Amino acid sequence: MTPEQLQPEHAPTAGHPLPRSPADLFWSFSAMALQGFGGVMAVAQNELVERRRWMTREEFIGDWAVAQVLPGPNMVNLSLMMGDRCFGLRGALAAMAGMLTFPSMLVLLLAALYSSVGSIPEVQGALRGMGAVIVSLIAVNAVKLAGALNSNAMGLVVCWVLAVVAFVAVALLRLPLLWALLLLGGLGWAWAWRQLGQAKSLKAAS
Amino acid sequence: MSAVLALNDVFSLFLHCLSLSLLAVGGGMTVIPEFHRYLVGEQAWLSDAQFTSSVALAQAAPGPNVLFVALLGWNAGFNGGGYALALLCAVVSMLGLLIPSTTLTLAITRWMHRNRELRIIQAFKQGMAPLVVALLFAAAVLLGSAYSNPASDRALWVLGAIAFVLLWKTKIHLLWMLGAGAVLGAMGWV
Repeated sequence: MTPEQLQPEHAPTAGHPLPRSPADLFWSFSAMALQGFGGVMAVAQNELVERRRWMTREEFIGDWAVAQVLPGPNMVNLSLMMGDRCFGLRGALAAMAGMLTFPSMLVLLLAALYSSVGSIPEVQGALRGMGAVIVSLIAVNAVKLAGALNSNAMGLVVCWVLAVVAFVAVALLRLPLLWALLLLGGLGWAWAWRQLGQAKSLKAAS
Repeated sequence: MSAVLALNDVFSLFLHCLSLSLLAVGGGMTVIPEFHRYLVGEQAWLSDAQFTSSVALAQAAPGPNVLFVALLGWNAGFNGGGYALALLCAVVSMLGLLIPSTTLTLAITRWMHRNRELRIIQAFKQGMAPLVVALLFAAAVLLGSAYSNPASDRALWVLGAIAFVLLWKTKIHLLWMLGAGAVLGAMGWV
């Protein structure tokens, strides 16, 4: 099967660009992974949504939620989902290999050097400076993804109440992530289910 | 630390990673305590310091944080017999940790994608959206709070603020920002 034949069934949605081939996926995910100092998610959002436009903000939020709830590393799950939708199993493996191959080679190499390099003040300073840039990127992403809440079926007020409670629970009270996901996520799921049902019956009535 | 790792030890490392895979809900970092109990406590293949520095290095290096598992395997193998065993243990640990979760993720997300018009699935994605946003804000605050000493971290916050504005308002590539951060940091200016 050619990618073209696969597209209609596997494409996330029509109307925006998609990776050209599994090789394209592999190199794109490699590039993202190698920029991800302190976690790749923020870089992935920047690349997939803002630069390459392979996903909309809404699609990214939805997929990230799924990737986070399923067992396994979040970024690996997201790579699998994206690759699988575009090119089936080949795409999934290509994206995952991109996420892991070069970074794991690099980290093992660093481990071999770390005892000598890790204590150099310049290296520690460089990591500190890059860390500050990544924190800013995460904050920018949070602001940008918050814009996607405008079109959420739960309504803006409910969304922000859930978001603020989740923020307080995780960032200030330091509650385990799993509990926040189960409790607040469960609440959101139930409320969204209700709202979507009402929207549907309104549509049917009119 | 002098114990030599036999092949059946490598196999039990693989089995242990397999058994942890599906418990890693919410990211690879959630299984750190269990890895610590097994590798440092039960088997004594790693020292406490090696364990901690493996996790720290994987977080500092680019790439998904889950690579700390490869590093733990690498160090355990290296302690037990040298570079070849280190490589074998790194690969075996990653495969063990990834095979079950990867299979499950593919199965579930394929089913979800086929049924993406179902109300229950749309509701899941929409209902979780505020949490995704909140967790990002939380991540920024938690990571940023490591630099909360006003005396030594003021320049770093200025760098962070400039990066925030540039990343938000311009199309400047992230690599330039990372490079600038690295140079300023290495010079000791931030």
